Amino acid sequence: MTQPQRQPIEPDSGRAVSGRPKRGVPEGLWLKCPGCKATVFRKDSEDSFNICPECQYHFYLPAEARIRQMLDEESFEEWDSHLMPCDPLEFKDRIPYKDRLESEQARTRMPDAAVTGRGYIRGRQVVVGITDFAFMAGSMGSVVGEKLCRAVEAATRLRLPLIIISGSGGGARMQEGILSLMQMAKVSAALGRFGKAGGLYISVLTNPTMGGVAASFALQGDITLAEPGALIGFAGKRTIWNTVRLELPEGFQTSEFLLQHGFVDRIVHRRDLRTEVARLIDYCAR
Amino acid sequence: MASPARLPFEEDIHELESLLLALELKSAKELSASEEILRIRKELARIKRLKYANLSAWETVLVSRHGDRPQTMDYIRMVFEDFTEIHGDRAFGDDRALRCGFARLGEHKLMVIGHQKGHTLQERQECMYGCAHPEGYRKAMRAMTLAAKFRLPVLCMIDTPGAFPGIGSEERGIAQLIADSLLQMATLPTPIFCVVIGEGGSGGALGIGIGDRVAMLEHAYYSVISPEGCAGILWKAATELTRPLAAEALRLTSRHCLRNGVIDEVLPEPLGGAHRDPREMANTLKNWALRSIRETGRPDTTDLIDKRFAKFRTMGVFREAGNGSTQASGLSAG
Ligand SMILES: [Zn+2]
Repeated sequence: MTQPQRQPIEPDSGRAVSGRPKRGVPEGLWLKCPGCKATVFRKDSEDSFNICPECQYHFYLPAEARIRQMLDEESFEEWDSHLMPCDPLEFKDRIPYKDRLESEQARTRMPDAAVTGRGYIRGRQVVVGITDFAFMAGSMGSVVGEKLCRAVEAATRLRLPLIIISGSGGGARMQEGILSLMQMAKVSAALGRFGKAGGLYISVLTNPTMGGVAASFALQGDITLAEPGALIGFAGKRTIWNTVRLELPEGFQTSEFLLQHGFVDRIVHRRDLRTEVARLIDYCAR
Repeated sequence: MASPARLPFEEDIHELESLLLALELKSAKELSASEEILRIRKELARIKRLKYANLSAWETVLVSRHGDRPQTMDYIRMVFEDFTEIHGDRAFGDDRALRCGFARLGEHKLMVIGHQKGHTLQERQECMYGCAHPEGYRKAMRAMTLAAKFRLPVLCMIDTPGAFPGIGSEERGIAQLIADSLLQMATLPTPIFCVVIGEGGSGGALGIGIGDRVAMLEHAYYSVISPEGCAGILWKAATELTRPLAAEALRLTSRHCLRNGVIDEVLPEPLGGAHRDPREMANTLKNWALRSIRETGRPDTTDLIDKRFAKFRTMGVFREAGNGSTQASGLSAG
């Protein structure tokens, strides 16, 4: 988490007009778009991978839907799904980390925040890693670090392009303390070797990508793509306010802001991601 | 240096110290060290030893931030010779919160990099209280490139509450620069030694923290987030009550970091903390640096980078469901 962060943000699609939010996906028939404030028929947005049909606002997309959207049908082979988080610090804030993990696992039906594996994008074999905001704000603890590291190592070994899609409002996970910070070092070191071996890494930033995730693998790609309107940065709004007492300019830390300041190669609509990634892979093919 | 800050848990130590000072002044005139003075000296040592052997996590944080605690530039003066600072990142400016330069340590030539927080108010403002901007990390990367080119080992002194959280810092890509620095350090073809001398605050600390040897001073801390930040998020507010709770929960002391396999070594501090005897602390740090250089030697760089990778590769604790094994770095395997 590096710097003190803004409050963990609810997944932005999570506010159904009716019904309880589940795994960040609204259960109600209608949802309110934070982009245009329109009330959107949920089915319409889901049919286009959680994009607002009115204003193209990109809602949160769960890892499993992300896989369906990015990869060729039925082509995904998941790796290391047996890795489970522990509670090495016996961390307890108002809630013990152990209990938090259990409830997150029950709610999301995921063991931790990352999904990794191999699949095809328009017939091109790739290694894929995804961090899912729904699980503890997509924060990186030991399991996320280990899974990504193993994925990078596999990509090195198999000489395959690597795609990591980041969605993390939490950065490094506080509840695993310094071990989470070290996952930044660990994944960076694996990516360093992958890069030296000539591997292609395309990083895709989604809403939000903050803190220690932004300050490590998410911004270590050969190519950095971002979905429109994503929040991307290091320190959260609240931390900045606490330090400098300045109101942040309009559009601060958005994909468009990062593009303008030279930190993102391209902003890509979710609909076009597959095509763009496939094209980049072809340009960089060895 | 700033006037000595009084640590809240040291009331009795300060009382005895002023009593001792008064007695010593008196006896200096009388040219005799009284029994009383010897007794108080002994008692003081006993209290300090006891207190500092049992500092709480939050007390450790306070010691690590003590205004008189030696900082990078103090160690540079006390440990090294011929320090030749290099300035600027060749892109934006010269960040005073991160200092880089050539230095000699006995027969060895080195590149020294370290956060500087500043002692006086003016210096602190100049140094942004040790919070570096993107240009600081870009300068550090330049320094490391230089070091690798001319086969100098790199020594990093970590002492920051965190990278600077502000508008300029974000606009100029603080996350990008830390990410770049991690990538560079992971594969830098020259030995790197890192030591947390005070505050090891999150990404800003790790930004110069990937090394072949990583040590911590006894009363330094190293953490994924500041106790204040953690308390603000998980306890909803950073208060006098929640800050110590967060510090405790984060397991941020040198003892815990050693146990979790994140550092290789804890460097003992003088009685009552580094600020009470900067010379002795500098000497310990010097010996550690010399030993690290000697033990690393002039390694084959491929081997060096492989070993550095292996060191960080094992960090973390998780369970492999199915075969029931738990992989844990350090000694905390459960
Ligand atoms: Zn909309």
